[in-house]
Amino acid sequence: MSATIAYSAKKIITMNPSRPEATHVAVRDGRILGAGSLSELQTWGDVTLDNRFADKVLMPGFVEGHAHVMEGSLWRKVYCGWFDRADPDGKVWSGVKSVDAFVQRLQAAEAKLKDPAAAVSGWQLDPIYMGNTTVTRADLDRVSTTRPVGVLHASGHIMNVNTKALELAGMLKTGYNHPGIPLGTDGLPTGELKGPEVMTPVSPFVGFERNLLDADEVGLRNFAKLCVRTGTTTITDLASRMDEDTVEMMLRVTGEPQYPVRLMPFRFFLGLSAPELVEAVATMKKRATDRLRLGQIKIVVDGSIQGFSARLRWPGYHNGAPNGLWYIAPEHLSELLHLALEAGLQVHTHTNGDQATQLVLEKLAPALQAHPNPDHRFTLQHCQLADAAQFRLAAKLGMCVNLFANHHYYWGDEHYNLTVGPDRATRMNACRTALDSGLPMAIHSDAPITPLSPLFTAWAAVNRITVSGRVQGEEERIEVSEALYAITMGAAYTLHLDGEIGSIETGKRADFAVLEADPTACDPMELKDIPVWGTVQGGRIFPAAEL
Amino acid sequence: MVNHLLRHAAGRRIAILVNEFGDLPIDEDLIEAEGEDMIAISGGCICCSFGSDLTAALIKLSELTPPPDHVVIEASGVAMPGTVALSISILPGFALSGVVVLADGEWVQAQAEDDYIGDTILRQLSDADVIVHSKTDLQPNQRAIEAVESWLQAMAPNAKIVPTVQGRVPPEIVLGLTGPTAKPQASPHADAGYESLTFREIPPCVPEDLARKLAIGSYGVIRAKGFLRDAEGDSWVIQTVGRRFEAHRDQKSELGGVVCIGRRGALEVGTLQALLGPAG
Repeated sequence: MSATIAYSAKKIITMNPSRPEATHVAVRDGRILGAGSLSELQTWGDVTLDNRFADKVLMPGFVEGHAHVMEGSLWRKVYCGWFDRADPDGKVWSGVKSVDAFVQRLQAAEAKLKDPAAAVSGWQLDPIYMGNTTVTRADLDRVSTTRPVGVLHASGHIMNVNTKALELAGMLKTGYNHPGIPLGTDGLPTGELKGPEVMTPVSPFVGFERNLLDADEVGLRNFAKLCVRTGTTTITDLASRMDEDTVEMMLRVTGEPQYPVRLMPFRFFLGLSAPELVEAVATMKKRATDRLRLGQIKIVVDGSIQGFSARLRWPGYHNGAPNGLWYIAPEHLSELLHLALEAGLQVHTHTNGDQATQLVLEKLAPALQAHPNPDHRFTLQHCQLADAAQFRLAAKLGMCVNLFANHHYYWGDEHYNLTVGPDRATRMNACRTALDSGLPMAIHSDAPITPLSPLFTAWAAVNRITVSGRVQGEEERIEVSEALYAITMGAAYTLHLDGEIGSIETGKRADFAVLEADPTACDPMELKDIPVWGTVQGGRIFPAAEL
Repeated sequence: MVNHLLRHAAGRRIAILVNEFGDLPIDEDLIEAEGEDMIAISGGCICCSFGSDLTAALIKLSELTPPPDHVVIEASGVAMPGTVALSISILPGFALSGVVVLADGEWVQAQAEDDYIGDTILRQLSDADVIVHSKTDLQPNQRAIEAVESWLQAMAPNAKIVPTVQGRVPPEIVLGLTGPTAKPQASPHADAGYESLTFREIPPCVPEDLARKLAIGSYGVIRAKGFLRDAEGDSWVIQTVGRRFEAHRDQKSELGGVVCIGRRGALEVGTLQALLGPAG
């Protein structure tokens, strides 16, 4: 018989309603044998007591239902964000608060480069917080005039490059007439490139050569470190193009004995026709392992609210901007929903605007009548502007929702003042209404858009505070217990994994978030500050300090 | 329409770019070989899928030897063709030949009323240089066809409307004219509904003004292309499609003249001759 270890803890928050708290948890074969008192667990026979967590609080390993492996890849570039942020090695990078500060940070990175042709690449620049300062190639020429320099903005849709980068891409010339290529008084591009189609010709020269949707090996390892540091044991990659090389690499890396996370990649919907996509994903699903859960589809229906590309219902954008963009034709969406239901594959749909959400609801209803599947759990991702009627309909249709709680903190003020106005900004990411509608709910970070940290995400949903310090939409706040459920069982449910993970009870995977304090006992305002010691995943112990 | 283009490529090496292959049924008999992201088509044409990264696919195309003569980008049903056109304008080695929007005469007006995609349809139409009004044979009578056309024209004042049956649009309308000095192409107009006029004795002119007049004047011209000289004797090439026009200096020294294509009977020969000299 395999060895059984009983871990003692200061407290175990199980998320199992029939036994919400315990002092000990017994683990055998990477799974939970039981949670209770030591004497109860000893009834299983020979149990080794392990006291390493005696002063820790154990929770079920956190589940992040909407993130991107890209976060791991981006950390190889220079962090230029406004907010302090921890990298995969645990180093906290202070936020850059001025153009000078960010140029200095890039200069420091440049000084360490040995190859004279190597590019300097940065990410997460966010001039919104710097009074919408415009960065130009002259700023980046201070970093280098001989190497290409490029910095991706936090939105992912704008990039600043230096003169050398424009030169290498053949773009240092006059005559451009394109809204995505602002020109200086000399008629030459200023180095600000707005929009993916404008960035693509330059990005290979400044270190952004890979399609950012594709995971790479170093990125996958970095991503796992971030997971351990934040108590996360199961995470999604939403979405990936999943070509054969990527799938093989992911299978190999996640299959390594010390890979600490269960990864669930969703196949991006573009690139194959609907029948081909469904067939490819169904085939891929057969190759799934415990730590690489292949076989789901992600559809992007519209754009983003702050980018004015989300599809809104009446009355549209608060500042009068024209309605946003569809990223999938309604008939294509309908075809995919039908085929996925028929094949038994799960679909998560990105909808930011309420019109995009409405389209999904309207297209799913007839697809479900054609291919009944009472447990499909198709999930509305972001779903930021949904109203109560939409939540009720989503619940009736058997859907789940994964709300973007972090977004509310980072961009809530902008939505209030500019994009959608006070009423709708107040109800954005309406966790209270979603739960009251009986809708299974998760909350997410969308890392790298905002930092991965399920406890921060829970804090955001509980407090609904924006960057400026206002509480925006106090009626939509949820209880700490509900938020902790959302980052464990709630997210697990949206992934069809609630029978395997999400709570500490007999039969489930031995996945724990190991915390230094009790999130149910602290001031709700301090939820985000609870230190994470590390994780246990499938019974394997991963201290953050030893990564 | 794409199959018709490929059948009447007449020596042009055309690359068709689509989001994903499944969306574009290429006639079996045209296919020579199929690869993972490229289909080889008889006559040196190819069809490629670009998934989500059009710019990268175009850069890849430009690296082929020899590169294709024409690229036809089949944008997805909800893409904004004007945005796609802009992104081409910044790529070295490519010149925009025009934005062609295919409108299904039976459905387009109803689609424009749709809560979800109505505004998208209208933005797509207003981006067009040429609107191909398809399936006119399914309309009950000529009056119904004209009603759709006048609606399309109202929605897209800058576009020239081209009616068609079973996608039979002359390649010159979609791809652009090669100009009067080029070698004659087999089957110049694959459909009897069009005619072209060539003008070889252009009076002295300001090329840019001439191009503008051809594009925005009421001459019935869908596309025009020509090689001519300005008052100083410099060579120019002019091109128009719909109401879009361009004129730029050219290395070419001989005077070719100007060729115009329009719907049969719609080219205003008299006023065109007043502008461009005798036709023939």
